[in-house]
Amino acid sequence: MTTGALVVELTGQIGTLPLALALKARGGAAPVVIVGPNGSGKTSALMSIVGALKPRTGRIALGDETLFDADRAVDVPVEARRIGFLPQRFALFPHLDVLGNVAFGLGAAPRGEREQRARAALRELGVEALAGRRIEGLSGGEAQRVALARALAPGPRALLLDEPLASLDVAVRRDVRDFLVAHLRTLGIPTVIVTHDRADAEAFGGDVLVMEQGRVVQQGSLAALAAEPATPFTRQFAGGDGPPRTDG
Amino acid sequence: MTPSAPRPRAGSLAPLLWPAAVGLLAAALLLLIALPLVALFLTTSPRALLQGLGDPMVGPAIRLSLVTTTASLALVVLTGTPLAWLLARRRGRAWRFAETLVQLPVVLPPAVAGVALLLAFGRRGLLGPLLAGAGVGVPFTRAAVVLAQTFVAAPFYVQAAVSMFKRLDPDMLLVARTLGASRPRVFFRVVLPLSRGGLAGGAAMSWARALGEFGATLMFAGNLSGRTQTLPLAIYTALESDVRTAQSLSLLLLAVAFALLVTIHVGTRR
Repeated sequence: MTTGALVVELTGQIGTLPLALALKARGGAAPVVIVGPNGSGKTSALMSIVGALKPRTGRIALGDETLFDADRAVDVPVEARRIGFLPQRFALFPHLDVLGNVAFGLGAAPRGEREQRARAALRELGVEALAGRRIEGLSGGEAQRVALARALAPGPRALLLDEPLASLDVAVRRDVRDFLVAHLRTLGIPTVIVTHDRADAEAFGGDVLVMEQGRVVQQGSLAALAAEPATPFTRQFAGGDGPPRTDG
Repeated sequence: MTPSAPRPRAGSLAPLLWPAAVGLLAAALLLLIALPLVALFLTTSPRALLQGLGDPMVGPAIRLSLVTTTASLALVVLTGTPLAWLLARRRGRAWRFAETLVQLPVVLPPAVAGVALLLAFGRRGLLGPLLAGAGVGVPFTRAAVVLAQTFVAAPFYVQAAVSMFKRLDPDMLLVARTLGASRPRVFFRVVLPLSRGGLAGGAAMSWARALGEFGATLMFAGNLSGRTQTLPLAIYTALESDVRTAQSLSLLLLAVAFALLVTIHVGTRR
């Protein structure tokens, strides 16, 4: 399955910081990876795409549908954008069991069908056995797969992941990362990943977009960034000096 | 002897002084609170109790209290929940001011509340001409009782609701919307289920405050038997004629209050 590209071109405001973002993520291609120091606007960028923050100017388009266009006063509400979102700590609903979490986004269908589809989504991620479990008892890796199943169950047209590995123990991070890389490859929908970890950027293998103080300062493959870093942050991140970080 | 600090000799009372002081002061307050409550029980008999409850003013007062506190609780929950939601979600000075304003009735003397309500809804009050034009007279009616109760009791519910809503993970609410849930659906399917316990506790505290409302009701709604004489006002009136009736009603309210507290404690522990 392949959907149209996610094209984002916007300016906005995060507190006092101006935000400027331009990116294009294609279905079937490697994810776009956004990196940058704390407070550089990475999460705000995702929030704008998902529709929780309203940009001041610009456009967001997904395939041939315009989700946001400041000039034409188009602003599709969050619930109608059909963009999957995986926040850093997964934000599973603690009052529902695993199956209930995954079925949440399958709103209109009859109950039996919803459960069936939720189970299928869990199966896709290899965690169908967790269906009846409570959220509090899940390990970090399990919670991530459940959250991913929940995000994918309604069939989103794009997927945004905010630091998907940051809240996991270092011990399991590499396995989860390998799984995530492999699984995202099968989805064929435009994907944007925010991370602060070089190992993630390397594993996902797509274009890396460096954000600093709300704007994109450089974009390219990790190798290209390392060869010609535009800022000290890029040099440090892409591994211009010293060996690359290997904390996963 | 070495020139070190003098140690308390064996058998000295000094080490006992601190715990004794703490214990005595604490016991004094505990006693002060417990003694009047115990007195309510010890100075009556089951027979006198039943006799007191037989007074003709008791039935109407109980009925009126039930009806008005149910109405004010409904009003508080219906309007307080949206208000608490806004107070919890919105930033900015105006909203912080509103949050403080809502808390004001907690510290406001009930007599002041009574005067204020009269000056707002009374015949010569701010809305007086408007209400008179509509043929509505608020003071000294059941509506006045409900308004007074709502005014003093709402803060307890709103405060509890605000603190519950503020604790919700904003990411969770956003994820719910990315999964296709409209704002109302997010509210009813995520926000309310996760806040239920706190909201129920706040509603219980608020209802208890409304049930006990006395000062503002007396000034704004009067003390008309069968019309505006709620249980606390009936106690006040009975005290002048028959202490037993006052005592019976007091024990009734004490039992209700105690049961409510126990329920809240058990409810919040789970």
